[in-house]
Amino acid sequence: MKIQISKKVDDMAPSGIRAFFDLVLGMKDVISLGVGEPDFVTPWNIREKAITAYEEGYTSYTSNKGLISLRKQIAHFLKHKFDLVYDPETEILITVGVSEGLDLAWRTLINPGDKVLVPEPCYVSYAPLADMAGGRVIRMVTQTKNHFKMLPAELDQICKKEGIKYLMINYPSNPTGASYNRKELEALVKVIKKNNVVVISDEVYDDLTYDFDHVPLATLPGMKERVIYMNGFSKAYAMTGFRIGFACGPENVIAGMTKIHQYTILCAPINGQMAAEEALVNGHKSVAAMKTEYKRRRQFIVDSLNEMGLECHMPQGAFYAFPSIKKTSMTSIDFAQELLKEQKVALVPGVAFGPSAEGHVRISYASSFEALKEAMARVKKFLK
Amino acid sequence: MDEILDILAGDARVTPVEIAKMTGKSKDAVQKAIKKYEQSGVIVQYKTLINHDLVRESNSFVRALIEVSVTPQKDVGFDHIAERIYSFPEVVSCYLVSGTYDLLLIVEGENIQKVSNFIASKLSPMENVRGTATHFLLKKYKEDGHVLKQKETSKRLNISY
Repeated sequence: MKIQISKKVDDMAPSGIRAFFDLVLGMKDVISLGVGEPDFVTPWNIREKAITAYEEGYTSYTSNKGLISLRKQIAHFLKHKFDLVYDPETEILITVGVSEGLDLAWRTLINPGDKVLVPEPCYVSYAPLADMAGGRVIRMVTQTKNHFKMLPAELDQICKKEGIKYLMINYPSNPTGASYNRKELEALVKVIKKNNVVVISDEVYDDLTYDFDHVPLATLPGMKERVIYMNGFSKAYAMTGFRIGFACGPENVIAGMTKIHQYTILCAPINGQMAAEEALVNGHKSVAAMKTEYKRRRQFIVDSLNEMGLECHMPQGAFYAFPSIKKTSMTSIDFAQELLKEQKVALVPGVAFGPSAEGHVRISYASSFEALKEAMARVKKFLK
Repeated sequence: MDEILDILAGDARVTPVEIAKMTGKSKDAVQKAIKKYEQSGVIVQYKTLINHDLVRESNSFVRALIEVSVTPQKDVGFDHIAERIYSFPEVVSCYLVSGTYDLLLIVEGENIQKVSNFIASKLSPMENVRGTATHFLLKKYKEDGHVLKQKETSKRLNISY
């Protein structure tokens, strides 16, 4: 007998992309521009804290919401950095990465058929998670010419037309690097309020904003009550493997998310939580050092791509460039596959981030400058 | 520190064209700035950091840290005696420091005898040198911010979202 999996799950993952990933993972000596995590090892003080925590016997469960000391640190950090105030007792939940937080939030908020607006191109999990939670996902395509930003007028139109209840926003964006400054956010907020939309805001790349200061959506007037703010330690502190994120929001929403969290996860791993606390207390310098590096690599990559005719806007954050490959007339999967076979350079086909992202590829510049230089030379050779 | 200097301090081989791309400046502007730094002595030299432990023929190369107590002189303080000491080619670095001694030297020689000879015949008998304490270097773990062992390789998967 073959066990039948649910239709919903069966319909999920885009299979073409999975096959390409397997191809990359099975190949040796690849220069990778395909990685969604920093190329730095977690700063030593954080690793040392994790080791010591094990030595001292911190191996148990924590409270469902996470260590209160970590939640207090997060509250302090947000207050200090953004003047964003959350109560560590009731308004903050420690999750296993932002990924878990998103799943919890959708399941807590959505009633069957509620319409969820997901701007595209976007991170791979947004639409599937909302869909799994019973929402009806409406995709809104952001345009290359607008550097993949949502325009307030477009947002207003689609909210009205579709009766959107929830909006998923991610800035700086994976995969496009698009972000919003205060003025742009204020214009979006007007529309969000007018249409009475609740927002999940994934701001995990906030420390990697290059051209202006990052403004959390929840800090804008009247927004704290309608935003679930998500962030984590993976990107800013190169802690992807520790799997620690956090969600902040209104008390009833966090309480709802905690209910699911206590049954599915119980609590985030204690070791990761302790390491995360150390990151907040002593980690700032590492973040700053990384940002300077990434900013240089960003300039280098975008310039190099444009020089070889792959049109690329200047991303304002994260560590991704999202050039157009339309001039090659290849699909993004073909482009990625051929480039891998011919030149052993790996990148992620745009179509992974939604059908509208076809004709683009995602290039991660979280690699050493040497590797980026070599990779750009190979891409140039490939185009000839 | 200026961004160009910061980049070159990390890797002196980065070309002006690459620096121009990284910083958004023009190639000419970068070249001009570098030239200016070279002429004004801000950039002293471009050197290669070599892990001598891994180079076979230099196994006899020894290095010592030497603490030197000196008597400062009227008007010139420590500068005069320091100059007399650092002018020896065996002295690769010379610092005036606070604490229980005055000058900290890094001295290099082909072998222990040569370094010892330098201390016994040149350094210690010098007028105003009150005493020395020599520490021969046994193993180098980290130098100028670089950990001297095989690089920690990335354990990342080659592709992820």
